[in-house]
Amino acid sequence: MVTLPAMPSAKHIVVKDLRLSYGPKEVIRGITFDVYRNEILGVIGPAQSGKTSLLRCINRTIEFTPGVRVQGAISVDGEEVRQARDVFALRRRIGMVAPLPVGLPLSIYDNVAFAPRCAGMSRRGELDGIVEQCLRQAALWDEVKDRLDSLGTKLSGGQQQRLTIARALSHQPEILCLDEFSIAIDPVTTMRIEDVLKNLRQQMTIILVTNLTQQARRLADRTMFLWNGAIVELDRTEVIFSDQPASRQTYEYVNGIFG
Amino acid sequence: MNEPPTPAPAQSNLAVRRMRRPAWAVAGERGLEALIYLCGISAIVFVLGIFFFVFKEALPVLGHGRFSLSQFLFSDQWYPTSEINKRYGVLAMIAGTFSVTALAMLLAVPFGLGAAIYVSEFCSPKLRETLKIVIELLAAIPSVVWGFIGLTVMSRLIVQYTGAPVGVNILNGGIILALMSVPIIVSIGEDALKAVPDSFREAGVALGATRWQLVWRVLLPAAKNGLLAAVLLGVGRAVGETMAVLMATGHANHIPHSILDSVRTLTANIAAELGEAPEGSDHYRVLFLIGVLLFTITFVVNLAADFFVRGIRRK
Amino acid sequence: MSVHPNTMFTETRLTRRKRRQEAIAKWVFCAMAAAMIVPLLLIVGYLLARAWPSLSLGFLLDVPTRGMTEGGIWPAFVGTIYLVSLSLIVSAPIGILAAVYLNEYAKDNWFNRIINLAVINLAGVPSIVHALFGLGAFVYAAQFGYSIISASLTLAIMTLPVIIASTREALASVPRSFREACWNVGATRWQTIKAVVLPNAVSGILTGVILQVSRAAGETAPIMFTGAVFFKAVQKGDFFPYGLHDQCMALSMHLYTLSTQVPGVRESIPYATAVVLLGSVILVNAAAIVVRVYLRARKKW
Repeated sequence: MVTLPAMPSAKHIVVKDLRLSYGPKEVIRGITFDVYRNEILGVIGPAQSGKTSLLRCINRTIEFTPGVRVQGAISVDGEEVRQARDVFALRRRIGMVAPLPVGLPLSIYDNVAFAPRCAGMSRRGELDGIVEQCLRQAALWDEVKDRLDSLGTKLSGGQQQRLTIARALSHQPEILCLDEFSIAIDPVTTMRIEDVLKNLRQQMTIILVTNLTQQARRLADRTMFLWNGAIVELDRTEVIFSDQPASRQTYEYVNGIFG
Repeated sequence: MNEPPTPAPAQSNLAVRRMRRPAWAVAGERGLEALIYLCGISAIVFVLGIFFFVFKEALPVLGHGRFSLSQFLFSDQWYPTSEINKRYGVLAMIAGTFSVTALAMLLAVPFGLGAAIYVSEFCSPKLRETLKIVIELLAAIPSVVWGFIGLTVMSRLIVQYTGAPVGVNILNGGIILALMSVPIIVSIGEDALKAVPDSFREAGVALGATRWQLVWRVLLPAAKNGLLAAVLLGVGRAVGETMAVLMATGHANHIPHSILDSVRTLTANIAAELGEAPEGSDHYRVLFLIGVLLFTITFVVNLAADFFVRGIRRK
Repeated sequence: MSVHPNTMFTETRLTRRKRRQEAIAKWVFCAMAAAMIVPLLLIVGYLLARAWPSLSLGFLLDVPTRGMTEGGIWPAFVGTIYLVSLSLIVSAPIGILAAVYLNEYAKDNWFNRIINLAVINLAGVPSIVHALFGLGAFVYAAQFGYSIISASLTLAIMTLPVIIASTREALASVPRSFREACWNVGATRWQTIKAVVLPNAVSGILTGVILQVSRAAGETAPIMFTGAVFFKAVQKGDFFPYGLHDQCMALSMHLYTLSTQVPGVRESIPYATAVVLLGSVILVNAAAIVVRVYLRARKKW
């Protein structure tokens, strides 16, 4: 149940009747929802409810898994995602942060410069600028500015996750998708990254998938409760976490009665 | 200590978003990917081509009136060059291959598995690295060198210690093949033992088992698939070996009666006669047919071993 | 039955027996490992001893004389270098790129699984079957005749499956998470391979190729029927004595003919040939091991 605009923003992503199956198993069962520009949409739900698969449908990396079938429509700014002429340009419009931190086995500089270089940027000055800007935005610059040549894989888990965020920002996406980003990092770094996200929403739309319901409560404008591949409830965060959400199931999940 | 992240201006430099890859880069990448695709296809063609080609060369002789498959497989009369009565029975060669391989496995399997157990469970890490390198080098010795060793060193030893009239026989070939197969058995066997999860070992130790008890009662049963694969690969190696047996087992094409008899194996026979069989003749095609037989045997053995090895890798 | 407090950690008959069992087991298995290695060391020592009178630089550079009963092995040595180089120039690039295709681009369907199976099984095919194929396909069907081309191509086909298999293993050892991270930022497959996969698979690929060098140098059967000969007249010290359509001598073939078909050869010569062949092969393999150890120490994750 979607409450209409108290948000006077435009629709950024429109998902209509999305279905996804891995072989015979249906993982997403016909969901429909909108994401508004510059909002933070929280997606909560227990494991195996299709949250990660949903994100991967949006940037089409679901195609790398063999045996999947996607039906339905996802459009970004009116453009149907699966008919995009250049899927790589599409992926550059969407930033993705995976649950486990991944530092590429390149130098820190090359980690962040990787996406711009793939897009065709090669001038050192421009790359320098982007590297510094993204590392600052990801709250990592001060820790690594003197060792940009060292290997990305040798950073700590929390640093690698921030490096991943810097990498996701390096191609200036309009949409940032985070998939349970805080699973493998310490609480201090998590809070730091949450501050970063609060600042980033001015420039981009953020979809935050999380299994920590309190994280959605802290950050999200609206929250979607996904269970077993279907939307149970989608509403403003205050409503979802109040004593009277539209669905009993929501109340029970949010308050830890099951999950 | 980080300063609070600077909120970048809303309309920041959208250079990356508007970027397009230069046309030459895109074209170059497409060309490279086409080349990769081509190599993939050609490799597939070659790989499948060998199978089909060898079969194709052998096929005509099967349809021949005078050739009988049962005589081929079950008769020991091999007279391909006789003027009056050509006979193509390979039973004696099958017996030769079988006897040499069996002897080789009899020697190689216990020693190989024992060495694998030693390297995997009993020796110190530094010694392990050294032994693994030695075993790798052992596996690299060319088969013609092994054949040479059989012809000179082994032959002399055999004549001296067993009083056999001739030093090239099953015993010679068996020992040489054993030494050749052991490295494979050891390295795959060691992989199999390594693949047994540490939790098994820890559980055993917690119950007070010695290393030997651990090996005998826990590890060997747990690793038996991989160890079986190791043995099968050793068999495959032994059956397919050509030069070493050609030089070490002699030239007598008959069913052996003792370990000191000379024999001829399937592989050695092809090697010995291929040079003289005219292209396209029956003899030529029958030699290809022996090749098909060898192919089939090693294919089956390797398939079985691969099936068991998958079990290790998947763990 | 109560346990006397003082016997909890002292040696009992049981623990003594266990300790003895353990020691015996350890020595038995050690002996089994030694049983492989010690005879081999003795054999190699014997070969060296017998080869000693002939081993010298001159032996390597000299040509065989007097019906091969005297002289050196230069033409065979050069011939082996020709054959190995040509075969690897063909099989290494094709094999590596084919493995890149199979591991990075090919979809996981039944056809590719059959290909995978075929590649693995082809790696175990007896060398004489490769000789049959080379003879039928290159010497006769393609009409290259008995020549270096036929022999090299036969060796190339022999080494191709193993290079594909070992390259695939090297590529597969790069974790999938790296590739996914690259795809997420909009990199194409090739960009991912070039930046992350290939640089980190180099040590495995290199090791695989070097090992095939030693295998190609040592094989006899595949070249015996496709282009290697008993004898070919060559000038001493000539670096390019063979044309592509010529037949050539080769070390492995030379050892075979010297030991089985040349009567009256001075005893140390075949031994010396064996030592040179063995030495070259061991040297190449040692180089592969060094490469592997060095590059593994510089592992990036």
